[in-house]
Amino acid sequence: MSALLYDAQGPRAKRRNVLFTVAFLAVLAAVLWWVYLTLKDSGQLEWVLWEPFFTSSEPWSTYIWPGLQNTLKAAVLAVIIALPLGAVLGIARLSEHAWIRVPAGAVVEFFRAIPVLILMIFGLALFAEYTNVSSDDRPLYAVVTGLVLYNASVLAEIVRAGILSLPKGQSEAAMAIGLRKNQEMRLVLLPQAVTAMLPAIVSQLVVIVKDTALGGAVLTFPELLASANTMSGYYGANTIASFTVVAVIFIALNFALTSFASWLERRLRRAKKSTGAVVGVDEAQIAGGGGTAGGGVN
Amino acid sequence: MFDFLSDYDILGAFWTTVQLALLSAVGSLIWGTLLAAMRVGPVPLMRGFGTAYVNLVRNIPLTVIILFTSLGLYQALNITLGADRSDTANFRLAVLGLIAYTSAFVCEALRSGINTVPVGQAEAARAIGLSFSQVLRLVVLPQAFRSAVGPLTNVLIALTKNTTVAAAIGVAEAALLMKEMIENEAQLLLISAIFAFGFVCLTLPTGLILGWVGKKVAVKR
Repeated sequence: MSALLYDAQGPRAKRRNVLFTVAFLAVLAAVLWWVYLTLKDSGQLEWVLWEPFFTSSEPWSTYIWPGLQNTLKAAVLAVIIALPLGAVLGIARLSEHAWIRVPAGAVVEFFRAIPVLILMIFGLALFAEYTNVSSDDRPLYAVVTGLVLYNASVLAEIVRAGILSLPKGQSEAAMAIGLRKNQEMRLVLLPQAVTAMLPAIVSQLVVIVKDTALGGAVLTFPELLASANTMSGYYGANTIASFTVVAVIFIALNFALTSFASWLERRLRRAKKSTGAVVGVDEAQIAGGGGTAGGGVN
Repeated sequence: MFDFLSDYDILGAFWTTVQLALLSAVGSLIWGTLLAAMRVGPVPLMRGFGTAYVNLVRNIPLTVIILFTSLGLYQALNITLGADRSDTANFRLAVLGLIAYTSAFVCEALRSGINTVPVGQAEAARAIGLSFSQVLRLVVLPQAFRSAVGPLTNVLIALTKNTTVAAAIGVAEAALLMKEMIENEAQLLLISAIFAFGFVCLTLPTGLILGWVGKKVAVKR
């Protein structure tokens, strides 16, 4: 569609495009020049501030790698716990018994309406007050709790959308050969839905990885962003350099996940063997819920 | 049991949250629309810029962006956005960060809206001699906006929840007050319930009302 908003270009349009390109380039160059001057005036471009990242392994082994490990640890733990929880909630929401469907729906909508940070702060205080988790472990527990509560409810919606996206004939056929409700879900619908949901689940991983940074900024969880902060203190306030490095790592990690998700989506849409139902990367964010409190855009 | 509540300005904190959300919503709607226009336009350089912006910004955690506005822009580079006090500066920087981040999602929501406009509409518009900007402004975007209300609502709700990240740079909004109250008072469940309720009050009606609006304005095809 987007390529069709304009015609193949004739000589006049081509000239105009060159003009626009030059003008845009000038604006970009002006902005970049301003950024450069500001950075230079504040001394943030001094080689001393950038040099540690290139000439020694110390910042990588002392700050970045341990931070990245904690980020990944929290993210992986959150996924492992949230995925089955989300599957249960999502299936419960499709139940034909109102006493299962309604509470599950309420839980999902409630936790989707509340910011992850609020859930994390709650988790931190909860572990401090009611459990004997050591104070070193509490931030990790709190981050994982917040991520699980929020993402389980988002994943529940993805699971629901995945099951609903299957052609009706699938459950009709299951019923026709005399499967029970539970067998129909377990043997026929869920295995197909999981394939259909994979791209949406992978792109939800990006949201989880990004949200771990909240723990670093607010809960003293020593993940990648938090280690950027201590690192810039150690290397003489090289804020810009440290943040650039950390941002690049986050971008690389999440970009890989995003690309993998859309590759998976394309592949699944092409596959002839499946039912052809795919819950795509974009659909996941609008999935289900009647459009009430949605948005896994965190 | 409820006495301590009068010591805290809960409504004031939520008002800051609402202000953050509204200002960033307007800002990111403008910047996001411009990005979407660049991404579907005929100038390759602008298309490349739009794509690069969206792909880079979407993959950085918002927390990194917000913290950078304070530590990087404010403290290292001394950019105050015209504020003479540090709390106003932090508020404005938080809005800037939220706009920079949210516009990437606005752009994508709009692009999905543009994709729902039938190709024939743009072809017909070109056939009567409209230029690209006229096609976009008069024919495609008005229809795209109407069908993008749903995705844009999701972005707005996510933005409302994302304003809590401003707590990381000390903007006095709901999440920061909640943290402070939990530290000072021994009423964890009550305090959490109040703030959870506050956010449910902000996000659920937004979803319901805009969901209704979205159905109302959607172009029936």
